[in-house]
Amino acid sequence: MRYEAPTTTEGAVALLAAANGTAKVLAGGTDLIVQMRSGRLAPDLVVDLKRIPALTSIAAENGGYRVGAAKACMELVEHEAFVRDCPGITDAVKLIGSIQVKGRASMGGNLCNASPAADSTPALIAARVTARVVGPNGSRDVPVQEIAIGPGKTSLGKGEILESFLLPKRAARSGDAYLRFTPRTEMDIAVVSAAVNLTLDEGGVCRDACVSLGAVAERALVVPEAAAALIGTKVDEVALKALAAAASAACRPIDDKRGTKAYRTKVAGVLARRAAEIALNRAKGTN
Amino acid sequence: MANDVKFPERELKVIGTSPVRPDGVPKVTGRAQYGADWTLPGMLWAKVLRSPHAHARIRSIDTSAAEALPGVKAVVTGKDFPEQKFDYVGPERVAINFWHFTRNVMAKEKALFDGHPVAAVAAATKDIADEALKLIKVDYEVLPHVIDVDEAMRPDAPLLFEDMKTRGVTPEPTTPSNISKKIEFKLGDLDAGFKMADEIVEMSYKTKPVHQGYIEPQSTLARYDTDGQAEMWSSSQGHFVMRTFTAKLLGMRVADLRVHAAEIGGGFGGKTICYVEPIAVLLSKKAGHPVKLMTTREEVFRATGPTSGASMTIKIGATKDGKIVAAQGIYKYQAGAFPGSPVMNACMCGFAPYDIPNAHAVGYDVVCNRPKAVAYRAPGSPISAFAVESTLDALASKLGLDPIDFRLKNIARPGTQMLSGGKLAHAGFAETLQALQKHPAYKSKLGKNQGRGVACGYWFNGGGESSATVHVNEDGTVVVSTGSPDIGGSRASMALMAAETLGIDYESVRPIIADTNSVGYTQATGGSRVTFATGMTVINACNKVVDELCARAAKIWKIDRADVIWENGHARPAGGRAGEFEPMSLKAIAAKRAATGGPITVSASVNAEGQAPGFSAQFADVEVDTDTGHVKILRYVAAQDVGRAIHPAYVEGQIHGGVVQGIGWALNEEYIYDKNGHLENPGFLDYRIPVCSDVPMIEAIIVEVPNPVHPYGVKGVAEANIVPPMAAIANAIDKATGTRLTDLPMSPPKVLAALDAG
Amino acid sequence: MAKHHVTTTLNGSPVEYLCEPHHTLLDVLRDDLNLTGTKEGCGSGDCGACSVMLDGRLVCACLTFAAECNGRTIETIEGMANGTKLHPLQQKFLEHAALQCGICTPGMLISAKALLEKKPDPTEEEVRYWLAGNLCRCTGYNKIVEAVLDAAAELRRA
Repeated sequence: MRYEAPTTTEGAVALLAAANGTAKVLAGGTDLIVQMRSGRLAPDLVVDLKRIPALTSIAAENGGYRVGAAKACMELVEHEAFVRDCPGITDAVKLIGSIQVKGRASMGGNLCNASPAADSTPALIAARVTARVVGPNGSRDVPVQEIAIGPGKTSLGKGEILESFLLPKRAARSGDAYLRFTPRTEMDIAVVSAAVNLTLDEGGVCRDACVSLGAVAERALVVPEAAAALIGTKVDEVALKALAAAASAACRPIDDKRGTKAYRTKVAGVLARRAAEIALNRAKGTN
Repeated sequence: MANDVKFPERELKVIGTSPVRPDGVPKVTGRAQYGADWTLPGMLWAKVLRSPHAHARIRSIDTSAAEALPGVKAVVTGKDFPEQKFDYVGPERVAINFWHFTRNVMAKEKALFDGHPVAAVAAATKDIADEALKLIKVDYEVLPHVIDVDEAMRPDAPLLFEDMKTRGVTPEPTTPSNISKKIEFKLGDLDAGFKMADEIVEMSYKTKPVHQGYIEPQSTLARYDTDGQAEMWSSSQGHFVMRTFTAKLLGMRVADLRVHAAEIGGGFGGKTICYVEPIAVLLSKKAGHPVKLMTTREEVFRATGPTSGASMTIKIGATKDGKIVAAQGIYKYQAGAFPGSPVMNACMCGFAPYDIPNAHAVGYDVVCNRPKAVAYRAPGSPISAFAVESTLDALASKLGLDPIDFRLKNIARPGTQMLSGGKLAHAGFAETLQALQKHPAYKSKLGKNQGRGVACGYWFNGGGESSATVHVNEDGTVVVSTGSPDIGGSRASMALMAAETLGIDYESVRPIIADTNSVGYTQATGGSRVTFATGMTVINACNKVVDELCARAAKIWKIDRADVIWENGHARPAGGRAGEFEPMSLKAIAAKRAATGGPITVSASVNAEGQAPGFSAQFADVEVDTDTGHVKILRYVAAQDVGRAIHPAYVEGQIHGGVVQGIGWALNEEYIYDKNGHLENPGFLDYRIPVCSDVPMIEAIIVEVPNPVHPYGVKGVAEANIVPPMAAIANAIDKATGTRLTDLPMSPPKVLAALDAG
Repeated sequence: MAKHHVTTTLNGSPVEYLCEPHHTLLDVLRDDLNLTGTKEGCGSGDCGACSVMLDGRLVCACLTFAAECNGRTIETIEGMANGTKLHPLQQKFLEHAALQCGICTPGMLISAKALLEKKPDPTEEEVRYWLAGNLCRCTGYNKIVEAVLDAAAELRRA
């Protein structure tokens, strides 16, 4: 195996584009090294992205934030402004493994590992985050939900890397939240998860919403029917029930070692409802 | 001899205090050397090739390509291990069959579980060893497999051993099966007993295998020299046991194998048998170099431990006033790939806490295509207790009785006839239940979806063979050598008992664990036996030291030995000679050792008997999230009779640890196999042992009803505490939700499904 | 493939090593530098026994390539005591009997130290969640949490 640590995105792209055999990028390494150790993966080239400033920085942009795809989760959860402005994404980032794992793991790695159970993905989707992809033919901005397309599969082409995320400016009276279910309090992979992002008008009526579910399909789902259950309501009991029903109805999970179809389907609704309640409180500024 | 020491009729000075352990500093500075931390010059690295199949005939193994790889120094397969006689040896409860044992270490004719070792290599580097494994060609004929115990007992189940006839059945069955053994215990007249009952509860239960989950994977370093002598550094619960097994499996003379006890990173029963040691020694023999063999976490889960999963049916009947009149338990335990589940313990422990005049226990030891079951903390008892204590709880509810009152009405007391034979000889059960009942929180109110569950647990505790040597140094310090590996602070308790007996400071005693060729034979650290049995031999040796010190003082004073007594760490003239001479301390006498007869060193050994059973009574308060099935432990109180707490902080620690392992067993831990018999969760991510944020502070209540046989009253502490939690939590969930779970683990999907089923 | 030449500051001293590109920091610490206080419990980041500090951040050495550490600062359990003086956490772990077998202890101590540097006055719940990445199978965590809270109190007094 060859290990390279370029200091520019272009350098990384050039290495990947020129690679023969299996080339992998190293962000936090918390999935890559585990896969290599288990024998599932034996890359010929590993390109370490953590020495590239564009991938490891965070900066204000258009009232929101541009976050490097390889920025360590612990650096994000210690970033006071980010935590204040991006509560739903913070919820998710805080859940990506132990403190040790978060010391290395990143949102970009979490997304590009393309596990349907990735914690940050539903939160990024609900928050309508855009990913910047850089490749041999330049860069393109794509919605996050178009990156991970199936278990272990991304839409990135040869030589392309995910450079950064743009977290858009949050509208007034809006709030988001992410919840997952795991058997243990920590150190688990989501059995099922839900992210809700909503915006209220001055009268407290929900005018915009986005709901995303994790671990209930081959990729994180966007569930417009669930969002529709909230829009036009005061996110009251009736709306929350409809939200839960729509979330459960959208699930197409599998039975595996971490959960059953029936369990995931039911609890997706439970979590969507609970996440909506938290998001509502955040939108009202009462959390 | 064992039990010749009388309980000292003086106030204890150091026993019952909790000083810093003598081996503590190296463990907080990273300098303590565990199994994987030893190296030797010229050392090779070993790796094990494992079966990817749950059940397969091994047609052939071609190791030629691996042997030809530069850097590979030795390859071994099952053929390199000498054949062993097919015979069950040792006491029935823990019988060993070395024909099976050698095949567990390295498969011969068949691979019997996913992860079964089939070959091993030693090479100059880890990377070369890994590469070599890929070059070994094994020709497998894949066979149908069976994982579940009930399925393994079916007449049409795939057979692991085509000639296995169930032992313990007369006449001997004519057809083979996976049932290795049937055992039975009977007391009174079961039918007549149930006829007297006003209420009867009968329920069936299942449990999954769970792993001991020690954080340190098995590792060993071995050096075999051309003169046939070998040395080994092994992280195990018993270096003498590792010597016995390894020598036997390799056909070596016992004296030719010297084993050092590395520091051990947890065992819980799982490191009482050997896996890697014989392989490392054999590779070293073949290669002519020292060999280190470290296993990975995945190998630990796939091929070591766990304890049995089980299928059980319990029937208990009681009169209206709450007296149990009859009980029956049927226990079917998975042995894994080779016979030897702890089902006999299940039969003996399940009803042991109670006075039940008519009782019947039947146990089946059943092989299936999983790693062979190995001891895990009170082996067998937690599984049967889950079933028995759940059933008792349901019965108490039917009778409208408080669960502790109901148990107290039926608790076994000294003289109670036991189902397993003999009469209970020791008190402590009732006292422990009463201590639990008195806990102020026992009567506290709980909220919505919250419940409180009670359960009890019994464990034999162990005695057996232990040895110690006590050296008195010229400056008055004392070295205590024993043969018991220290997993949880036993060096501290040895030092405390020695200091107490000699009447000197704790800090003046330096306890060590001597290698197999430097101290007498000592059984493994297991069965809650060390503080009792090894403690007893340390005390015996110290008493002999005291005797010698008195003789030396008599010599110095030129008076009769009979006129010297030992008091408060000093020799004093007694009787008519009192006051004639200044008392002499151990230190003062030691300073004159050369002039009074030379070194003061005493070795002692025991085959300790008279161990008293351990008993634990616990309650758990839980809250159930009825929308997700998640169970949160709100409070956990565990009372345990330990006889005497030598080092109370480590006694509490044992109780905390056992309870939390039980919580993991109750809620989330399980082996998950796919349809091909592959283990799906061989790692700490999906084999979910409790993490720090999962549990509250466990409240330990130490009950001390001394064991009169032990000089300081020790019974033992390590195991009884893991017996009750599964039932306590199931009972609490039932109280919280009105839904009873009978299938472990009570994981969220199962809890939610049970709640939704009503 | 040639080995990588890596220059680090390890427990305050300049340390160089050569490593294979696929070897982890844990491999190099234990097998090449003979710093065996950092333990391997799982090799997959699930147990925390190999916790070390990398550029002041708590990480698992098993999830870090050795080649990544060029120019970086590494702190391991061997560097925790100040010469012959134990760190208050080490002392409190001993006094509270917060270790039984001790295999998780180096990782627990490194992890707890990282916590107290960020949060000198943590609640019990904060300690429990921070230490969730460090598995202990012996103690049920009681005495570990007590020792960390007590060490925090002592450090605040210092």
